[in-house]
Amino acid sequence: MKTRIKFTKSGPLKFIGHLDVMRYFQKAFRRAELDVEYSQGFNPHQLMSFAAPLGVGLTSDGEYLDLQLKTSDEPKAMIDKINKAMAEGIQVVDFKVLSDESKNAMSMVSAADYMVSVKDGYEFMGMEEFKQKFQDFYNKESIVILKKSKKSEKDVDIKPSIYHIGFDREEFYKNIGQSFDKDKKSVADAYDNGVKVFMQVATGSSNNLKPELVMEAFCQYTGIEYNIFAYQVHRMEVYADLGTEENRSLIALDKMND
Amino acid sequence: MKKLALSDEILLTIEKPARYIGNEINMVEKDLNNIDIRFCMCFPDVYEIGMSHLGIQILYDMFNRREDTYCERVYSPWVDLDKIMREKQIPLFALESQEPIKNFDFLGFTIQYEMCYTNILQVLELSQIPIYAKDRTEDDPIVLGGGPCTYNPEPIADFFDFFYIGEGETVYNKILDVYKENKLKGGTRKDFLEKAAEIDGVYVPAFYDVDYNEDNTIKAFTKNNVHGKDIISKQVEMNMSDTYYPKKPLVPYIKATQDRVVLEIQRGCIRGCRFCQAGMVYRPIRERNIEFLKEYACEMLKNTGHEEISLSSLSSSDYSALQELVYFLIDEFSSKGVNISLPSLRIDAFALDVMSKVQDVRKSSLTFAPEAGSQRLRDVINKGLTEESILNGAMDAFNSGWNRVKLYFMLGLPSETVEDIEGIAVLSDKIAREYYTIPKEQRNGKVSIVSSTSFFVPKPFTPFQWSRMDTAEEYLEKQHLLRAKFNEQLNRKSIKYNWHEAELSVLEGVFARGDRRVSKVIYDAYKAGCLYDSWSEYFKYDLWEKAFEDNQIDIAFYTNRERIKEEILPWDFIDAGVTKDFLWREYNRAINAKVTPNCRMACSNCGAKVYEGGVCFEDRKQ
Repeated sequence: MKTRIKFTKSGPLKFIGHLDVMRYFQKAFRRAELDVEYSQGFNPHQLMSFAAPLGVGLTSDGEYLDLQLKTSDEPKAMIDKINKAMAEGIQVVDFKVLSDESKNAMSMVSAADYMVSVKDGYEFMGMEEFKQKFQDFYNKESIVILKKSKKSEKDVDIKPSIYHIGFDREEFYKNIGQSFDKDKKSVADAYDNGVKVFMQVATGSSNNLKPELVMEAFCQYTGIEYNIFAYQVHRMEVYADLGTEENRSLIALDKMND
Repeated sequence: MKKLALSDEILLTIEKPARYIGNEINMVEKDLNNIDIRFCMCFPDVYEIGMSHLGIQILYDMFNRREDTYCERVYSPWVDLDKIMREKQIPLFALESQEPIKNFDFLGFTIQYEMCYTNILQVLELSQIPIYAKDRTEDDPIVLGGGPCTYNPEPIADFFDFFYIGEGETVYNKILDVYKENKLKGGTRKDFLEKAAEIDGVYVPAFYDVDYNEDNTIKAFTKNNVHGKDIISKQVEMNMSDTYYPKKPLVPYIKATQDRVVLEIQRGCIRGCRFCQAGMVYRPIRERNIEFLKEYACEMLKNTGHEEISLSSLSSSDYSALQELVYFLIDEFSSKGVNISLPSLRIDAFALDVMSKVQDVRKSSLTFAPEAGSQRLRDVINKGLTEESILNGAMDAFNSGWNRVKLYFMLGLPSETVEDIEGIAVLSDKIAREYYTIPKEQRNGKVSIVSSTSFFVPKPFTPFQWSRMDTAEEYLEKQHLLRAKFNEQLNRKSIKYNWHEAELSVLEGVFARGDRRVSKVIYDAYKAGCLYDSWSEYFKYDLWEKAFEDNQIDIAFYTNRERIKEEILPWDFIDAGVTKDFLWREYNRAINAKVTPNCRMACSNCGAKVYEGGVCFEDRKQ
């Protein structure tokens, strides 16, 4: 059966890269004695796939992996079983059995919510000034930046890939059309300076915008130096798009089966 | 979760930040308020290498079972972090607490190979602990060393407060109790070291002086403190089935070189190969009870989630219950997706059956270690592997589908002749010829034979400890000769010959049989930038040569010189079980190419009987 696991990543474990996170889960599932389905052959491996790799240094409240199981307990028991076998820093927060026709998470990923915080100890403007300038920046008709990939570099307008922004959680959730639960826990780090911005951007194999690039473009726009180490990027949620290109209908990956 | 010692910015700048964050599965956490002794264990190489080492896992588990002790770990920072730590004066920290090591009670190094010596100095310096033992104050941790290199600790003696010689399971508790008591009474470092020196197995270098003759050989090794013992006796854990072994080994986040459960099935060896130090110093052979191993295999796999389990010992084919153990592992775990990694086995029906069950025969290799190219030289080194058994074993494997063979040899063995060297190529070719006697339709394609030669380094406590080692030039000449011989072979297209650089082995040769005068060379080389010497991309032989020159130490004195029986060797003060008489007898038998039977066939009175156990007192089942 197909199952989808939602997990958080925080603290020191933000320094573990994607491939190592995969290996970590493989061993955790074995420790938890899950009835995982394996591939055939001399080097059997677990049938699992991740929705969207998270870069080194990022934290997250909403990461997903799809796992093929032979048998399963009910969700709460599964979550407890898995978390007992894991260290702090990566925790499972949701477990769902999917229908057999469900497409795998990676192919569905279309957008993601991020919170970008300015870290303490770095020179940066205060929140009021930031809000004003970032809003002006976002209000531009187009935001052109040099996008470098492994093979090429070219000028790209990233504005269409930024779907929404906000400066506090309540505002942001309103903008993206989601209900705001003020008691909802988050593993994100909080910084004393309090300067942050929320954004919903295109994510996935066809169109992927990194929040870091948005910050770099912002710095260019305001004429300040972009220091890659000054920001903590935290992913909040990952979405699939059930609508069309003109008319997006985003749904979080853990809400898809309902 | 604990605050990390390194900032986000540093961690995001360096390679593999996961090396420095700790928090691994099965990491031990303790409340520092309830701890009397803080111990830091160090494997002086990079994290991925250190995490593969079984010894630290055993000691980590053992120390942490004491309620009054918290044992943490540290590994050599990689070159990128090393540079940053020096620039920013960041003190080296232990992984568990992320706190500076200089505040600990003990810093213990496990010293597995000679080429990590500069890394030891790196860890001391980055920890902000004085490199030389004589410069340490009451505030510095006690620096100790354990592991196989302590069988000749003299080249690094100046850097250590004490060495623990032998197996770690026995007297560490006593040592820690003595430390605690001394601390409570307000005793000094010296007070502690004097009390520790009275415990068997503990060697405090500062309590002994070495005098040299005009010709640089040792004149005398004398005690200068009454608390030191005249002879330091190695420690041996006689009860292998009722002793420390970790049920919850640490699981690193990044891939360690050994990313699996390791089961040490026995310690010691019966074979008596004359070049092998481990086979001599770990005598007598002691097996672990099979029920113990089965229980631990299950627990360890359950607690780690590893997908592979391997068996570790010097000569696994000699473990008496090997068949039962291997079939148990296959039956229990193969179906659960756990790979059984087999050690090198003597090729017989059992081995072939088991190998085909756990390996893809088309991709795995058969391994033989003849070590020498002729029966004469194999007899000299007492490696009882005959050409007939190699060819028969290979043929049986070929008939079962294997077509890849790995062969290990050494160059520079005592009494080696051109015929012996050429024999390496001839034997490799003979194996290929055997393969091609199989009719073409029944073969699995071509055979692939990979032969490699390493440079023989004479080691202390072996019959060859008196031997002359070849010079780098002689070794390279022999490689050339051998390469040419390979090119003459009929099946040269099926054979690949791998050779090794000579210089690292030359250094290993100096440190293996070195004395205290070598320590200044190590210090100078380290200060000049030598680090990670066993990593070819960082090995700087020219800096080492300069360090030797500057100190007027002649490499050839340690490597190329044949010793006489009467010479005082730097390690003579250690009792390793095997007696000097036995080793000299074996040396003479070697010169006459006389084979010595293994411990189970006949007792050769090596001296290990004194431990009153193991194979020496086994029932002889014929």
